[in-house]
Amino acid sequence: MIPEIGLFSLILALLVALAQATLPLIGAATGWQAGLRVARPAAVGQFCLTTLAFGSLAWSFVDNDFSVLYVAGNSHADLPAAYRFAAVWGGHEGSLLLWLYLLSAWTLAVAVFSHRLPLPFTGRVLAVMGWISVGFLLFMLFLSNPFERLMPPAMAGRDLNPLLQDPGMIVHPPMLYMGYVGFSVAFAFAIAALLSGELDALWARWVRPWTLAAWTFLTVGILLGSAWAYYVLGWGGWWFWDPVENASFMPWLAGTALIHSLIVTERRGAFRSWTVLLAICTFSLSILGTFLVRSGVLTSVHAFAVDPGRGLYILAFMTVIVGGSLALYAWRAPSVGLGGGFSLLSRESLLLSNNVVLTVAAGAVLLGTLYPVVLDVLDWGKISIGPPYFEAVFVPLMTPAIFLMGVGPVARWKQAEVPDLARRLRAAFAVSVATAVVLPLAMPGPARLGSPLVMLGLWLAAWSVASCGAHAWQRLNDGAHGQWLRRLARQPRSWYGMLLAHAGIGVFIAGVTLANGYEVKHEIRMDVGATQEAGGYAFKFAGIAPATGPNYTAQRAEFIVTRDGKPVVTLYPEKRLYTVQDMALSQADIDTGPTRDLFVALGEPVDDAGGNTAWTVRIQVKPFMTWIWAGCLLMALGGLLAAGDKRYRRQQEAVARQNPPAVAPARRQAREGY
Amino acid sequence: MTPRKRRAWAIAGGLALLAMATALVLNALQSNLVFFFSPSQVVANEAPRSGSFRVGGLVEQGSVRREPDGVTLRFIVTDTAHTVPVTYQGLLPDLFREGKGVVVAGKLDADGVFRATQVLAKHDENYMPPEAADALKRARNAPSGVDGADGKAGGTPGSAANNLAAAGPLRPEAR
Repeated sequence: MIPEIGLFSLILALLVALAQATLPLIGAATGWQAGLRVARPAAVGQFCLTTLAFGSLAWSFVDNDFSVLYVAGNSHADLPAAYRFAAVWGGHEGSLLLWLYLLSAWTLAVAVFSHRLPLPFTGRVLAVMGWISVGFLLFMLFLSNPFERLMPPAMAGRDLNPLLQDPGMIVHPPMLYMGYVGFSVAFAFAIAALLSGELDALWARWVRPWTLAAWTFLTVGILLGSAWAYYVLGWGGWWFWDPVENASFMPWLAGTALIHSLIVTERRGAFRSWTVLLAICTFSLSILGTFLVRSGVLTSVHAFAVDPGRGLYILAFMTVIVGGSLALYAWRAPSVGLGGGFSLLSRESLLLSNNVVLTVAAGAVLLGTLYPVVLDVLDWGKISIGPPYFEAVFVPLMTPAIFLMGVGPVARWKQAEVPDLARRLRAAFAVSVATAVVLPLAMPGPARLGSPLVMLGLWLAAWSVASCGAHAWQRLNDGAHGQWLRRLARQPRSWYGMLLAHAGIGVFIAGVTLANGYEVKHEIRMDVGATQEAGGYAFKFAGIAPATGPNYTAQRAEFIVTRDGKPVVTLYPEKRLYTVQDMALSQADIDTGPTRDLFVALGEPVDDAGGNTAWTVRIQVKPFMTWIWAGCLLMALGGLLAAGDKRYRRQQEAVARQNPPAVAPARRQAREGY
Repeated sequence: MTPRKRRAWAIAGGLALLAMATALVLNALQSNLVFFFSPSQVVANEAPRSGSFRVGGLVEQGSVRREPDGVTLRFIVTDTAHTVPVTYQGLLPDLFREGKGVVVAGKLDADGVFRATQVLAKHDENYMPPEAADALKRARNAPSGVDGADGKAGGTPGSAANNLAAAGPLRPEAR
């Protein structure tokens, strides 16, 4: 009964979405007010219906209803309740439902928080989101229905993949999808602007908080996924340039470019058509990411052959979204206008170069991700593109971008002067170079000097933080002295957001550089009682004993870690055997500290003639690993602060709509604004 | 400089930068492609003698040998027609098992032994690395092995499940 309620809600949601997608558009085109007024209630109705559908599927999981095919395929009666809930998005059908549900939540948020926008504009935005919803609902109802029944019902279910039975599974996918789906708001605003021809600084001001919010969710989502891979996959790596990771990284790169180009559009009225194009690209990459991961194209191109309907629908849907919006763009963008001019060296030009680099980087990731798939589909050979490619591309691309990231905030709008920039930044430059030279000398171990790459990384990291510091100092002390406290309180939240995010980049780079440059790794055979030294720590394999979990049995080892004879921590890595799927899984144990992570993972037991118990073991000491996560968190925090800037919530539309806002307010705020 | 001239310079500069970035990306792509070969192709000397590539297939039953140091392994990758001996030093992924699909990345030694720097066997028990599945399919389509291993195995792409079924006799336990 419950699954039927869910299915019925989806059908009703499709009808509501169709109304939401068509009537407001007609209303906006003809001035028919009743049609426009449909948009908001429809958004609310859609949210309620998809909540019901999502709740039904979640209930079927928690209640172990194995007469539902999708539940039987992705859950098991022995699975702990929290994972039974998270198993809702453990497979293709359910993750689409999660996508749809979050889309309806974002639509609801737009409907609720858009009361200050002109009604025709809101109507168009909600209609575009309605179309996206229609696309997903049709796909679910006809080709991947999560509520399909299984007759006769299964006795137990095939269980959730043990790799997914982790707290990361509960938080990572919803966060990531919040990011993906959140970019649909920027997309809908862009399409609405193209339709109406109203694309000015005020438009950018409306879009910015939504884009920043989506970007923040995506950043946290990627961070969670990366941290999960770090402690679950047992390799001690945190980023593999795996296609699935790339799928989430591409919209992040494009979204980062978008939030920067929006600044220029808001402040100076420039880059308008470029901003719209970026909004379209970012959302297209989000959709591409969802489908790449969920359609199975990446694990096997033959997944298309298994279910040709799904593959064709996905291709058609992508074509409509990308092709349709680009066609609309080509038609309407010339009427959008160019905005204020600027000189070769100005904050505009620096932000433009940031955009170019980020776009090229996203393109490079796209190429590296899709090229093997395309070759395979065309049967031109099987290749793979691994981390060396991405590293070879990212280091030379990001080095100038991060240098300019330090320059951009101190440069003036319209025209900046080299001597002025040099005066403002010379202290930060000196500090960063000194850090890159001196810090390696302070590192322990024989490899302390590191490679040129380590010095480059340290320089970029120090530069990011120092240039932020220099900028903040000058902003608070320029002109009148002694007033910095008052000025500190007067700065907009978006300014603090920018500082945090840029400093976060520096912290992140420092973490990556030090963790990669100074990690100590041993893959060895250890007998019980043996001790292995790594990075100044002694790891003693004290013993191993059987253990049991709710749905697995395990061998649990005990490692006593000491430094100079003093105990540091005891680690308990496990080798688990999940009984339902008969799948082994190594659960590493990690001691996290501010300056180093201690990592132990069990390999396999080694039988030897003497009857000793020996295991292969991976021991790693990774310096400053935490800084990678901290850097990402700082970026996300920066995004959150900026999204909450008061400026976006001010009563402004009445004034602004009447006089063109692009230039006049921009000049006044040019010195302060971000 | 007139505004027009300035704009021309800006556009030229932008295009030059973009061209440099594109060249960088394409060059990196060119030098970092890792090609895949089936054991039959390796035996037929189609794989490069120097340089890295990947080999995929099944881990032959009973072929895994562990050196006394515990972390050096020898095993044989087969596509049911031909085999390639492999050595690898390090910890194996959790899902590495005899009779299961595997993909190894590394270089071929002069003595015909493949020195793997990476062993992939991933994610889920029913999942066969697509490259391994493909190698098996090619070997099945051409029982003589070498003939059919020209990289253009005929027929429509089958599902990995089909290939798993084809490899049935080699699998240790029936599910």
